[in-house]
Amino acid sequence: MSARLIALAVAAAALASLPYWLIGDYYVNVASQILFYAIFALGLNILAGYAGLVSLGHAALFGITAYALAYTMQAGFGHPAAIVVALVVGMIAMAVFAMLSLRATGIGFIMITLALGEIVWGLAYRWISVTNGDNGINVHTRPTPFGLSLDSPVAFYYATLIVFAICVVAVALFVRSPLGAALMGTRDQPRRMNALGFHVWAIRFWACMFSGLLTAVSGVLFIYYTQFISPQTLELTSSAEVLLMVISGGAGTLLGPIVGSALVVIVKSVVSGYIERWNMLLGFIFVAIVILMPEGIVPGSVRLWRLAWRKMSAPPRPAAAEGKP
Amino acid sequence: MNLTSWLLLTVNSVTFGGLLFLVSAGFSLIFGLMRIPNLTHGSLFMLGAYFGATFVGGMLGMMFNFWLATLLAALLVAALGALIERFLLRQLPGNQLAQVLVTLGISFIAADFCLMVWGGDPISVAPPAELTGFIRAGPLVFPTYRLAVIAIAVVVAIALWLLLERTRLGAMIRAGVDDPDMARVVGIRVSKLFTIVFALGAGLAAFAGVIGGPILTVYPGIDQYMLPLALVVVILGGSGSLLGSIVGSLLIGFIYNFGQALLPELAYFVLFLPMLLVLLLRPQGLFGRFVP
Repeated sequence: MSARLIALAVAAAALASLPYWLIGDYYVNVASQILFYAIFALGLNILAGYAGLVSLGHAALFGITAYALAYTMQAGFGHPAAIVVALVVGMIAMAVFAMLSLRATGIGFIMITLALGEIVWGLAYRWISVTNGDNGINVHTRPTPFGLSLDSPVAFYYATLIVFAICVVAVALFVRSPLGAALMGTRDQPRRMNALGFHVWAIRFWACMFSGLLTAVSGVLFIYYTQFISPQTLELTSSAEVLLMVISGGAGTLLGPIVGSALVVIVKSVVSGYIERWNMLLGFIFVAIVILMPEGIVPGSVRLWRLAWRKMSAPPRPAAAEGKP
Repeated sequence: MNLTSWLLLTVNSVTFGGLLFLVSAGFSLIFGLMRIPNLTHGSLFMLGAYFGATFVGGMLGMMFNFWLATLLAALLVAALGALIERFLLRQLPGNQLAQVLVTLGISFIAADFCLMVWGGDPISVAPPAELTGFIRAGPLVFPTYRLAVIAIAVVVAIALWLLLERTRLGAMIRAGVDDPDMARVVGIRVSKLFTIVFALGAGLAAFAGVIGGPILTVYPGIDQYMLPLALVVVILGGSGSLLGSIVGSLLIGFIYNFGQALLPELAYFVLFLPMLLVLLLRPQGLFGRFVP
């Protein structure tokens, strides 16, 4: 446990001091992106990892939150009101998604969420009189909490980092809570959980709501970061990308979605500056992960590390013992 | 709109439905038999379309006959599908997350590969010479190729029906769809069927890609255009059911074309709404035999 605490302290110190050793605003912005996408991935991981419900419609929830914020700002409200409205709208959207999609599990759940995501995307894309279509909507300012401007990349990074830290702690507490344990029970043995008197549907529903809250939070950070929302954000590809972050990093782990988010964002925004075929690279990385460690990078690395550790620390067997009797 | 445009819209709907049938028939079988979320299906369609455009357009230094090009593209992609199934999906039975990861990974690779080889500009494909031009019926004028696509879809549907209902292989596939465990028990090698069905589905998708080329033109992103449509058809019709994919394709062909024409702002909404309704009210689909 103490090794874990040390690792946590090192990670916290590294994240807090990041703007001092990253040269240039560009990389600070990349770090902010990793953090808010990590929140998004943590939110999806509640479902895909801990509940065993794979959603391919989360980008729609993310986008609905962002659109809600943009509309509220356009209507002339201030930032606090806009953020509250955005979060509430995001949660309501999640509740509707959950009511419809929780009728199924497995592939059925994937398909219903995908259909819902496509419906929302189709509306955003085609209902131009309302959503302004591909031209999207701009949000011209960022909020100023406690009078501090978030316009500089470093300030925005720290704001994102604080929200990120709160979210990580919330997820860690959720996973260890009785509800988290019950959720994993419904993932592994839904019928037994039902027989034990747990309300499987309700547990899944509240997991969806927590997932939706995290998604909405990341959606708010996203729209303040890009200051722009268009239907592209709601595409199936975006939902798939977040799901890929979760699965490649390691679904059902706390660290996995964060690592996955770092992997995808770094390949997308940094490596793409050097390699033209970064999409192909990302595809090959995903296939390689599936072949080498289908459980994801984080659990896979732990497994390989333990294997190597055991091999190294195991006392060499006497040669005679290995010979056939 | 006058009667002529209504009729034309109807023909277009049936044509599009035929094309959708070619894509989704294999998709439905894969879905029904293997129960995997095969998110590469749009990419297989796109690869077929690009291969076809290359062969027909003479980009390899010689012009192929359209039908030869179609066959060649279908065979190439079918072989690719067999490889994907045999070496990747076979390793991940029941692991849905890994299946999603690997199929999406392959679709990323395929999309970027097409962008690298064929560039970002749309490629228009010429229909075969014998099918260019128009057919006149009184005051109405129909493009011959669109009518031919309907005919091709009907022929393929009959061929698939014969394969599934009248051959030993078809009987084994149906058994696998209905009850994979029991099929194994009675001595059917279901895993071998997986490879065959996946290759068949991939080949059909590529076939549809070439056939659809002259109508849709071939462009990057056509994979993401086709995948959700094929998915809607399968959900609507019911996975693993040939009749389901025929009815689903025609329904979606009509909804899509009429939606675009009458309610352009809500075209995608009316497209995905029936899928949602079916999922909620009749989860196994109109003609499906099991709930996914």
